[in-house]
Amino acid sequence: MPPIVSAKAIHKHFGTLHVLKGVDLDVAERELVFVIGPSGSGKSTLLRCLNRLEEPTSGSIVVDSIDMLSPRTDINHARQRIGMVFQSFNLYPHMTALGNVTLALRKVAGKSRAEADVLGRAALERVGLADRAHHRPAELSGGQQQRVAIARSIALEPRVMLFDEPTSALDPELVGSVLAVMRSLRESGMTMIVVSHEMGFARAAADRVVFMDHGLIVEQGPPAQIFESPGQERTRTFIGQIQRH
Amino acid sequence: MSRWDRFLDTFFNLKVMAKYLPDILSGVVLTIELALAVVITGLLAGLILALIRSVGIRPINWLIIFVVDVFRSLPPLVVIVLVYFGLPSAGFAPSAFVSTWMSLALVLMAFAEEIFWAGITSTPKGQWEASRSTGLSFSQTLLSVILPQALRLTIAPLTNRTIAITKGTALGTVVALHEILGMASSAVSNSYNPSPLMMGAAAYIVLFLPVVVAARWIESRFAWKR
Repeated sequence: MPPIVSAKAIHKHFGTLHVLKGVDLDVAERELVFVIGPSGSGKSTLLRCLNRLEEPTSGSIVVDSIDMLSPRTDINHARQRIGMVFQSFNLYPHMTALGNVTLALRKVAGKSRAEADVLGRAALERVGLADRAHHRPAELSGGQQQRVAIARSIALEPRVMLFDEPTSALDPELVGSVLAVMRSLRESGMTMIVVSHEMGFARAAADRVVFMDHGLIVEQGPPAQIFESPGQERTRTFIGQIQRH
Repeated sequence: MSRWDRFLDTFFNLKVMAKYLPDILSGVVLTIELALAVVITGLLAGLILALIRSVGIRPINWLIIFVVDVFRSLPPLVVIVLVYFGLPSAGFAPSAFVSTWMSLALVLMAFAEEIFWAGITSTPKGQWEASRSTGLSFSQTLLSVILPQALRLTIAPLTNRTIAITKGTALGTVVALHEILGMASSAVSNSYNPSPLMMGAAAYIVLFLPVVVAARWIESRFAWKR
């Protein structure tokens, strides 16, 4: 079976800064890939290139058989299939939780308000927040806000979900609720690419861990291999540093 | 006649006031018409310019910035005089009403554009990214996600500026516009008594105080917690 996400030779320059130096990443359907690495290693940039929030300088990206970098691709249509969850939630503060979840259903997927409300409520139900449908983001905890953000993405029934440090902005006691939702998503068979420092979650749930440094993939493999017996010195140093904390 | 009586006779002469009340009232009507025209067209034009500017086409943005900066630096009185006395030589002779309206609307447009633009740019980048990542287009994101948040940020400076410029309707008197001040000062000349001026001042307060109060209400109404 062909990979659902296939990125080849991705380069990204920010001015004179060479952030991605030829990254290849294939992700199979239903796979959960964890991307780790020191800050500045390019992992977030890689994620943001996959749905073209960042424009790669060169390379090719195919998601669900759509050539993401082709000028003929309707990028707005393609992005519906790629959910994204951000470190800072980025909920729309002027809308309720349900409003956040239904906006794209109405504007992009072309659902009526009634249809969108049904789908939106179902999505909020999946993240355990059906009773918060009419709350504004400011009335929700960080963990709840992030779950609404996840609901906003899954309501569009994406083929792939990208998580960009989804728990980094959360108080420690709120991290668990978000990871629980991610775990249930994984169990439902969602393909996920996660940039995160939640090593416990990576060990428990990831199929593959990818270690990046200085804009390149240094090493990848099953979590047990990467965490217990990394082949590269740089990986070993990084894993060692994290585990000391 | 005591000093107090003389004061009343000078500034609050009921006979003079009664005589010129209809004039002042017609001035009020004209001022309201002018103010509404200025506010609606000025704010709308400012908003449209800010939306065009957010598309980010450089030559167009330079033009917008140039026009906006010119009208922000010219005193509104100068714009009115230029339009009323200058445009006829270019083959277009707007009436006193149209001259004042155009001038104040252009000035309000310039300030409103800057305020709307500031609101749009101070909306966090993450809002754009979240919206675009779910497939909304640039314009859908601008109108459904960014603009509502930008408008909320702009309400306070916008209402202040709108009130300040709308009060500039009084400048129409230099081109013989029969708005409140124009009516009041011609009544003063005709009656040799400044009482109509007091009526004019009262009319401005009656007209603009509710607007100021309404602005305050709108500000609190549109505030939401972050």
